[in-house]
Amino acid sequence: MIVEIEGLRKVYQGRQQVVAVDGIDLAIQPGALFGFLGPNGAGKTTTISICTTRALPTAGRVRIAGIDVVQSPAQARRSIGVVPQYNTLDRACTIYENIHFHCLYFGFSRADAKKRTEHLLAQFHLTERASAYPQQLSGGLAQRVQIARAIAHYPKVLFLDEPSAGLDPQSRIAMWEAVKRLREEGITVVLTTHYMEEADELCDRVAIIDHGKILIEDTPAALKNSIGAQRVYELDLRDLQGIPAFLEQLQRRPGIASAEATAKGVRIFAGGGAGGGEGLLSDVVSAANPYGLRDLTITEPSLETVFIRLTGRELRE
Amino acid sequence: MSESAVIATPAPAASGSIRMQYARAFAGLFLRDLHVLRREMFPFIVRVCMNPMLFLFVFTFIMPHMNGGASMNPTAAMGSSFGTVLLPGLMAVAIMFSGIAAVALPLAQEFGITREIDDRVMCPLPVAAVAIEKICFSAMQSVIAAIVVFPLAYYIPSTPVVAHVESWPYLVAVVLLASITAGALGLTIGTTVEPKQIGLIFGVVVMPITFLGCVYYPWRALAPIPWLQMGVLINPIVYMSEGLRSALTPTLPHMPHAMILGMLTFFLILLTWLGIRGFLRRVIG
Repeated sequence: MIVEIEGLRKVYQGRQQVVAVDGIDLAIQPGALFGFLGPNGAGKTTTISICTTRALPTAGRVRIAGIDVVQSPAQARRSIGVVPQYNTLDRACTIYENIHFHCLYFGFSRADAKKRTEHLLAQFHLTERASAYPQQLSGGLAQRVQIARAIAHYPKVLFLDEPSAGLDPQSRIAMWEAVKRLREEGITVVLTTHYMEEADELCDRVAIIDHGKILIEDTPAALKNSIGAQRVYELDLRDLQGIPAFLEQLQRRPGIASAEATAKGVRIFAGGGAGGGEGLLSDVVSAANPYGLRDLTITEPSLETVFIRLTGRELRE
Repeated sequence: MSESAVIATPAPAASGSIRMQYARAFAGLFLRDLHVLRREMFPFIVRVCMNPMLFLFVFTFIMPHMNGGASMNPTAAMGSSFGTVLLPGLMAVAIMFSGIAAVALPLAQEFGITREIDDRVMCPLPVAAVAIEKICFSAMQSVIAAIVVFPLAYYIPSTPVVAHVESWPYLVAVVLLASITAGALGLTIGTTVEPKQIGLIFGVVVMPITFLGCVYYPWRALAPIPWLQMGVLINPIVYMSEGLRSALTPTLPHMPHAMILGMLTFFLILLTWLGIRGFLRRVIG
């Protein structure tokens, strides 16, 4: 296991005690593309900060490539590449110099640093902007420079903290491509995100995290099946008083995993197996007609469904 | 693609001892700072020259040309020109200013919205060493700033400046100690003050410690005001200017050498400790 997290806890002392990470255990396979999925304030960034030696845990331990990050942070950093949420490029240096000096910090000779920098600039299509300063770059470009810099010293694990926050769709897709290519180079990638499609598209395994705890950890496909929700039907009804009776009726019906009331009607989670297929739609529609069906939305199963089921709908922060 | 395969295999950082790894990372940080400073040569020169140049020009050139200007000299009774008093004092100010400009001000930006410091902190060496590199780099700038004062103090004043070095090793020791202490002071200020309040620092810290730092008058000249003479002893700038005074212009009254070296060492250790502690607290959550 390249990343091993045992009983990790982080409590921020202050006027109000905040438990940011509340007992996380995790092991990540070498070469994996692992995603932490969770709402804002779930403890994702704190976990990443501890793994990358930028925060100290209250309890528990983390080992990266067998090295304890609390006991020997300087050694652990050689195996770690980090792309934080915010742009930490050196504003006083050009793009070329940002990567070049990063190589020097990690003990490259000047010749090796030059070769590595030129190679990375080419790989990330940055050669033309080599002499630009970070302030002159768009968000997507800056993100690419940050990734190039983070992997310059051949880390074993790359941590990306919300890599697509603030990127336009094109930049996001380009970033995804870059991240997928890293995996081909054998780098283990750990990323945090609250974009479901990002986790679904990129990750081999996903841990859904909330209130500092891991709620579930599995492959995206298994997660989508595990929760029992195949499809979600959202029904808008005219007769809101009738909802409790309608819900009771729905819950007795085979092929429905569960149903809940919403502000405008009901939400039905179709179950797997028999009865959850195509036939369910007409059953649901005919059952809903007496209550004044106004509108119907069908959502295909996605990590979002799983995510919302596990973490709830209330607004965070 | 074949080129990438060649580069990807050796992993240059994999060899060498841990000490070597730290040394190379430290050297890399220093090189980066040198590189940035070289590019910002003009602002650096202006920063280093302007204060001593204007000071010398106004107080040792313009004033003596005015009627009654001689009465501006606080040490006339001690038998020396004001230029002679100012030379060590302005060197001390130059050293201290450089410490603040080279560490405290950049830190304010790096800790602030950009969080650039995170990139330096991820270097493969202990975080305290990143702070020590800042002190060392600032010390280098302080030494340059101190040396620049010399030609200015020689050519600008209308009355001759009497400088006489009795012991070069002592002078070197004082300049180095003062410069490193100034870097540590900059680190302490940069890590304790909130980034957005860094501008306030000039009014609240820099001005008082300069004006009450025996820069423009020797410490012994404060004898008529005993409470002040004792009070300023908690100011590290006092030992910088007195140290330079005793090394460069020993004809003026000054503190004993042992006291100067002792107190500079004391402030060096205290401020380095405070600065590193503050740095760690800022950087490691």
